[in-house]
Amino acid sequence: MSKAVKIHKFNLNDQNIILDINSGAVHVVDKVVYEIIDYFEDKSLQEIKEIFKDNYDEKTIVDVYEEIKTLTERGLLFSEESNIRNLKYNEDNIVKAMCLHVAHDCNLRCSYCFASQGDFKGDRSFMSLEVGKKALEFLVENSGTRRNLEVDFFGGEPLMNFDLVKKLVDYGRSLEKEYNKNFRFTITTNGVLLDEEKIDYINENMDNVVLSLDGRKEVNDHMRKTVSGQGSYDIIVPKFKAMVDKRGDKDYYIRGTFTSNNIDFSEDAIDFYNQGFKKISIEPVVTSPDKDYALREEHLQKVLEEYENFSKKYIEIKNKDKDFYFFHFMIDLKQGPCIVKRAVGCGAGSEYMAVTPEGDLYPCHQFVGEEEFKIGNVFEGVFNTELRDTFKKANVYNKEECRSCWARFYCSGGCHANAYNSHKDIMKPYEIGCEMEKKRIECAISILANLDN
Amino acid sequence: MKHIKTISGSNLKDTLAKGGCGECQTSCQSACKTSCTVGNQKCENK
Repeated sequence: MSKAVKIHKFNLNDQNIILDINSGAVHVVDKVVYEIIDYFEDKSLQEIKEIFKDNYDEKTIVDVYEEIKTLTERGLLFSEESNIRNLKYNEDNIVKAMCLHVAHDCNLRCSYCFASQGDFKGDRSFMSLEVGKKALEFLVENSGTRRNLEVDFFGGEPLMNFDLVKKLVDYGRSLEKEYNKNFRFTITTNGVLLDEEKIDYINENMDNVVLSLDGRKEVNDHMRKTVSGQGSYDIIVPKFKAMVDKRGDKDYYIRGTFTSNNIDFSEDAIDFYNQGFKKISIEPVVTSPDKDYALREEHLQKVLEEYENFSKKYIEIKNKDKDFYFFHFMIDLKQGPCIVKRAVGCGAGSEYMAVTPEGDLYPCHQFVGEEEFKIGNVFEGVFNTELRDTFKKANVYNKEECRSCWARFYCSGGCHANAYNSHKDIMKPYEIGCEMEKKRIECAISILANLDN
Repeated sequence: MKHIKTISGSNLKDTLAKGGCGECQTSCQSACKTSCTVGNQKCENK
């Protein structure tokens, strides 16, 4: 059996970095350590001295060896994996987060929409107040002792059913008191229907708002078109600016999608920043490989280089403006999530579910419309318990590819929907996604190493 | 140390003791909606 890999080393943005996989410790090291560490586990100090005698003086080699040894003894290098392979996860089947599809209809016709331009392969429809209330009741009743509950108003386009959104926020607030819960409402919108009243309402009531826009005007308008086929940029950007200006310190993300048409997406990120948007996210498109805009194996190298390229620009901006955030370059090495969270990931299918306008429950918004993934409904609860169990077991210890991957405690096994779309199996991670995620983590850590100086 | 600068010395294993409370944000709800990144989430049980 091959020996388990315990460290991951890389050089990026002028830093030699060593990540201790199982403890999560991160070290910035000089060239000598970077070279010698490869031999530390298998060779004696004497052998290492011999190997490097032409490169470094003996004292340096001994000092480096001792430093590595000290950190190893402290459990911060070459640490062993925690013994939680038989992880018990959500045994009480607690649900604490929901994506409410309040409208399966959309006022844009984005070419790449995973929701089939808003209808999720079904009829265009709106959620009723009855279904919405029932969904919130289902959440509260199934949330056990969890206090923080999350509800994202999603679509299609949720502003097309905004009266319902407001009624459900009111209803949620009344349930909060009764059940001692704290609802965190969020909304994901394309912005077409934003007006002053909606902006004020959202800023007051939503903990976070995700604003969909793809970056540069020509990039956005190529994919994000109105029903009549016009570009949407000029309609939306002024509204998003007004929203963000009034939002104060509250969270928001301008969220774009990049495709094989704009692999130079760092330009879109910089464009966001130049437009005054400081909290941004740009995500790789999720689609089948036969689409002309899909990201395929042949694009991967360029995409990885683009992440590195963007990380350099990001460091430059961060040095001048600490309030600029790119979602995938944010990493919290000190106060981040516990190992259990890191092992189980997003919680789709057990802690997290999506609700259709009709009240059907799916493991997450990405599976909505895939009939075999219907897991229950808000009236009867979860009836496909086998499917729920399958999702609960999809963690980094059970996925073959994740068990030996250095990045497993950062991506947590990746997106189930990506895995299913690429392999028809949620246990088999989407390789292109894995490579991109690994690069993003390396970028994020190298950024911290630079900003820490 | 002269050759190694530790920028994070926290140990994930220590989080096992009181980990798994489940109060933290569902990762997909925050900004992505199409991928999974957990390493950047905040712990709510510190």
